[in-house]
Parts: sequence; structure tokens; C-alpha cells
Amino acid sequence: MVGKGILRGLATTARHLLETYIDDVKGIPSRYAYDRHFIKQPLDERGIFTIQYPEERRVLPERFRYVPMLIYDADTGEDRCTACGICAKVCPTQCIWIVREEDKTGKPLPRSQEFYIDISICMGCGFCAEFCPFDSIKMNHDYEIAVYHRFPDLILTKDDLVVPTTYYAQLYPEAWEAEERAREEERKRKEAREKALAAKRAAAAKKKAAAKKAEEAKKAGEEKADGKDEEKKA
Amino acid sequence: MVQEQAVVTEALPYNDVVPGAVIDRDGEALVVNREKLPELALHLRDVEGYDYLSSVTGVDNLTHPKRQGVERFEVVYHLYSTQRGGGPLVLKVRAPEEDPEIPSVVSIWPGADFQEREIWDLYGIRFPGHPNLRRILLWEGFNGHPMRKDWKEAYYEEEHKPYSSRWPYGHYPLDEYKYPWQEERAVYKDNLVFPKGFDPDQWQAPEVEYRLGQDLYRELEKLKTDRIVVNIGPQHPSTHGVFRMVVALEGETIVGLEPEMGYLHRNHEKIGERNTYLMNIPYTDRLDYINSMSNNLGYVLAVEKLMSKVEVPERAKYLRIIMAELTRVLNHMFAIGFLLNDLGAFFTPALYALEERELILDLFEAASGSRMMCNYMRPGGVAYDVSDDWVEQARKLVFDRLPRAIDELDNYLTENEILLARTKGVGYLSPQDAVAYSTSGPVLRGSGVAYDIRKAEPYCIYDRFDFDIVTEEGGDVYARYMVRIREARESLKILRQALRDLPGGPVIGKKKYTFRIPPGEAYQRIEAPKGELGFYLVSDGTANPYRYHVRSPSFINLTALGLMCVGHKVADSVGILGSIDIVLGEVDR
Repeated sequence: MVGKGILRGLATTARHLLETYIDDVKGIPSRYAYDRHFIKQPLDERGIFTIQYPEERRVLPERFRYVPMLIYDADTGEDRCTACGICAKVCPTQCIWIVREEDKTGKPLPRSQEFYIDISICMGCGFCAEFCPFDSIKMNHDYEIAVYHRFPDLILTKDDLVVPTTYYAQLYPEAWEAEERAREEERKRKEAREKALAAKRAAAAKKKAAAKKAEEAKKAGEEKADGKDEEKKA
Repeated sequence: MVQEQAVVTEALPYNDVVPGAVIDRDGEALVVNREKLPELALHLRDVEGYDYLSSVTGVDNLTHPKRQGVERFEVVYHLYSTQRGGGPLVLKVRAPEEDPEIPSVVSIWPGADFQEREIWDLYGIRFPGHPNLRRILLWEGFNGHPMRKDWKEAYYEEEHKPYSSRWPYGHYPLDEYKYPWQEERAVYKDNLVFPKGFDPDQWQAPEVEYRLGQDLYRELEKLKTDRIVVNIGPQHPSTHGVFRMVVALEGETIVGLEPEMGYLHRNHEKIGERNTYLMNIPYTDRLDYINSMSNNLGYVLAVEKLMSKVEVPERAKYLRIIMAELTRVLNHMFAIGFLLNDLGAFFTPALYALEERELILDLFEAASGSRMMCNYMRPGGVAYDVSDDWVEQARKLVFDRLPRAIDELDNYLTENEILLARTKGVGYLSPQDAVAYSTSGPVLRGSGVAYDIRKAEPYCIYDRFDFDIVTEEGGDVYARYMVRIREARESLKILRQALRDLPGGPVIGKKKYTFRIPPGEAYQRIEAPKGELGFYLVSDGTANPYRYHVRSPSFINLTALGLMCVGHKVADSVGILGSIDIVLGEVDR
């Protein structure tokens, strides 16, 4: 029958339309009521699903990346960054500019004096966060960064970039936990190593002392013997 | 000395058939005398069965430390056989700097058409015998050939990244007046150089080549129409991107069609040669921005081939397959939705398809951190592991939701009379032409050629899965549509097996940002959703690729567009373009 295919297609459209309403009604009170602002699309929802941005937002997964941020320790107030420059080296667009701090003699210090990220060309690849050995640069989740002027508003300086560890822990709960655990283990391992080293050193010292003592004793014995010999000769 | 030469000539193949054709070996490749190339090519196609010219690309040997003695320009051909499958036959033809000419092979493999034009455009190597050798990605007023090693771009900073100005004294020029923006440092009028003898005021758009068949000619004779040329685009061809079709019409019938592209050209390959191997991964995301996962995969496999000894953990192998196949489902649903858009079913089917795509993108986002620019694969594995929760979600999607969605789309569209009327018999491409024009993916299989790289030359672990090659005999828009629907189902089949068998363990060895790449070259092609995606890499042993070429399926599939459109009405040309399924990020590179 001509037109059967079209009718079938129309039925599909009608079903979608109905399902959209049914899904809406299912969630009583309505999804638009109260403060339901963060939404993750459920897998069993069948109608057309739209998130009414900016009133509603998607729930972002932990790994979501947008532009980088620099982390400082909330307890001590010190930057984690050591200005090693790995992030600047792996950056595909070369949008990271770092000035390493130096003391008066020109000896480099493990701190950055200035840190710029030109986010007008940042491609959000996340390499800087992935390869930072000190967990000091991470990707921020804040994606609403529109500004009026490209220059200099889109060039983030160190002041714009830094966030405390608490903020990071809140954004990345899983990664934070894993990193803290790794750090704790590393610390324990280091402690154990140091302990072992200290024990070894102590043992070595003891041994040395014993050896010395033995030597001295031997020497003394020899001297004694010498003395005896001399006595004998005499 | 004499003895040595005798040994060499003995080892060289095809010289008994075409005397003096093959003059040397270079690794896997045969170096061919350029005078004898057409003769040898004919022999290879007709007798040896190398009917499929996958990739033609140029190399500039100017600064390669290992190639100082050889001629400057080199064109590399990768030939395959669609009958036998298996690996490539690589030919290299060299030409000196003062006389960069290599005979064209368009008459033997028409698929070389756009690729030779691209080489002329970017390297300035001429191809005598090419029917229409003009620039393709850049315009005629562009000075120089940018892929040559001695060509420097306008804001040239340093030969290779990372640039030394960034660290340890990277004072960003924050003073707007003292250090203006790059655009202001070299303003337009000072920067604009035309090639010698070029006058922009006299410049005219090139003529369209008419491909008039005999029957069509007779039919049009009766009509007594005027021939007019219409520029469809840049923009409209239902906004797959900025693309232009120059169409010659008689009445409403198309008698000639030239695709014009390059509006989105950014010289991806030159950027790639500046980058380190790692930095290229996020750039490949931007090629075909709908399927970033499979682009990543192709590039990473090429790098691994170059490194030759790389251990990929078992879990990473499975995750790669899962991502690549999810991408295929996503792309095919997207392509079907937008094909319907092109045919005039404005946005309802596209939105139904997009909804499932959103769910797949949610998975990508949870795994990699980004929905479209995934940047997920690394040489030696994948970047991040996925959680059990993720696997659970993926299972729900693959076992329950996606099959239903594909069935629904099938039910919704496949037998629709309007769709049938608009697509059946439209844009016919014969199997012989499909192979000759180097088309790939659903276009090739829609013409009834059962050629799928996952089976013909298996990469990753595709040999462990049970799936079929989908073909349709029609060769028209409808056949390509059906191939996409059925292929999405086959992908789900692979996904089910992969999710069932997904092992535990690590996903990558030690994460590194520099790789030790030995000198050499590698061509790796994969079956991307749009067709054959190939990456050709030449390494000179440094941290940056010496040559980085992308054989993009959308670009080469467009070669056959003119052939498919001639004889149809203007309105159909948009649908035919939609059935090829192009992404301009990949076409223009």
C-alpha cells in the first residue's frame, strides 16, 4: 500500500511527542519545579530531552576539562608548582608562559614568579594536567568564561589561575582521594626508607665502632706483645 | 662493484615486464623511474590487481638528514588490491628540485585526481597529463607552496615546538602598546604577496569541466536550453560546512560539477610537522570532529607502527575497540539524520538521531573529559581507565537502548515513500568506478564492493570479533543509507562482544610525553566511520615527525561527487553530497 511507510513514520513521530509528555509527567513534581538545576540524562528516558540552559545545567563528570588552573596548598598557602616547565613543553598550542623564580645569584628556585595561560588559544587538551609530576596544574570545570575583550582578559595571570586544594578536592573527589592516597603511601615509603637507611647507618656505625674497638684492642695487644718482647729482650 | 649491481637488479621486481621501471628499494618501497611510472602503473592495475590507489602524497627531502643525496621531491603511492586484501605496495617516484614533474596517474586511477592537485598545491610538483591541475585547497593568488620545508608562515616563530621563548623566561607580552597582537605586527597590506605574474583584478574563477554523457546530450538537445553556471555555496550545501559546488546546468539538469574547498584550510600537516608526536593527538581530534576517537586511534596506531615495539595492555586494546565502534554508531546515526535534513525532512530525524548521540557523548565525556575533542588514545594504550560504573552504563546503552534506537530509525525512515522517491536510483556509482575513484567506507560498500579494512588488513584486535562486512548492491543514495543502518548494527555486535570480554588490568604503561622514534616511515590506515583514514608518517629520528600526512576519507570520497551528480537535478546534488557524508574539518585540513 502506498503511504504505509509515511504513516508508520508519522506514528513514530507521534509516539516521540507523547513520550516527551509522559516523561515530563512521570517526574512529578515536574522537572522544572523547585531548584532542580543539575541534570543528567537518564538512560531510560525516551522522549526528546532538552536541558534548559542556563536555568538548568548538565551534571559534569569528574574528568571534564575546560581550561587549566593552578593549585596551591590551602593549609600552607604555598604553590605546588615548581616551575619545572613540563606543562609549557607539552602544550600543543604553546599557550603557557612561565617565568621561573631565581635568587640574587641567578640560581633557579623551585617556584614560578609569573605564570600566564593564553586561553584564547588554549585547546583544552588537558596534557598539562596529565603530565604535571606535582599535581599542581589541573583542568577547571568552569566553562562560563566569556569576557568583553580578548586582550588582556583572556590572558590569565597567576592571580586568575590559582585555586586552593580544597576547591580541587571538591571538583575532583575521586582523583583527589587517589592522589592523596598515593602521596600518603609515598610518604610512608619514604619514611620507611629513611628509617631503614637510618637503621642501616646505625648498624654500620656500630659495626665500624666495633671494628675500631677490635682494632684498638688488637693494637693494644700488639703493643703489649711488643712490650713483652722488649721486656724479654731487655 | 659490478657484482653488487647485478644482485640489486635481480632483487627488483617488475623489471622483467617494464624494463628499467624499478630502480631501487627504499625500505618497503620501490623507487620507480618517473619516465616509466604510467607504464608500470598500468601493469600493476591490470595484471597484478592493484586496483585501489589509497594514498598519494608528497615528501620534501630538503632537510632530512638521511636523504641528503637523493632528489628533493618524492611522491609516495600506496596501492592495495580490493580483491586480495592485505598490505600495500608502496611506490616512490622522485624528482629533482629544478624540474619537479612526475607523470600523472589520473588516467589509470582516477582517485589520484584530488590528491595530485593537493600535492601540486602544497608542494609545487607538476603532474603532466592531469586533466585539471590547479590549486585545490589554496587559491590561485597564494604565493608559494607551503608544505615545502623552506616555506615559512607569516608568524613564524621557530622550526619546532616546544618554543624556547616559553620557559624559563616566558614573559608574556602583556603590554598592548609595546607588544601588539600578532595580527597587528604584520598587517594585511604588508603581508600580502602575490605570485609572479598574478593580478588579482584579472583573476577569474576557473571553468567547470563538463562531464556530458551521450544520452544526456541527446536529451538536452531537444530542450534547447542555455547552459548556466551556478555556485551553490560557500555555505548552503546543506551546511555540512563551508563548501562550494560549482554546478553547470541545463534547465535543472546538472551537466558538470566541480567541488571547491579549502575554506577551512589551516595546513594541518605543516602544523603537525612543527609539533612533537604527542602534540598531534589533540590536533587529530579537529580533523573529523564528529569521530575524534577514531582519528586518535589511526594516528596513535601509525606512531606505534613507527616505534615498532610497543606493548599495549589488553584492557586498552578492548577500550580502543569500544571507543572506535561507539564512534561508528554515533557517526552513522548522525549521517542518516543529516542526510534526511539534506533531503528536506527538516530536523526531526536529525534530532532523534542526535539524542542517542548525546548519550554516547556522555560516555566519552566521562571517560576522556571532553565530548567531542576526546584526546583519549596514547601511543601504548589509552589515557585514562574507565570505572565499573562507566562499563555498566555502556552495557545498558549497547545492549538495550542503541539497538532499539536504530530499529526505530529504520522503522521510521526505511520504507518511507518520500525517502524512497528521493534516494532510489539517485547518485549512482558503479562498483568499478567506486574502486577506481578510491572511494571508501559506506560509499564503496554501498556500490557492492565488499572491502572493509577491519577484515582486509586487520588492525588492533578486530580479528577476535565476529562481524560481517555490510554491502548493498544499489550504488545509489539509498544503498549508502542502508549500509549505514546495517553497519551500525554490526558495530553493536562488536561492542557486545567487546564489553562482554573486557578484561581488567592497566590501560597504559608508563605515561610519557616524549617518545623515542627511530628513523623510518609508516602508513597506517583504519576503517574510520567515513571511510579509509590513513596516516603517513616519516620520522628522521627527532622528536617531531618529518612528514605527517592525513589521507582523509571525506576529501577523497568527494572525487566521485561530480560523477555521481551529472544527469540529476540540482535538488538531488545536495542529497548526494549528504550521502557521501563529509566533514569539512577533514576535507580542508
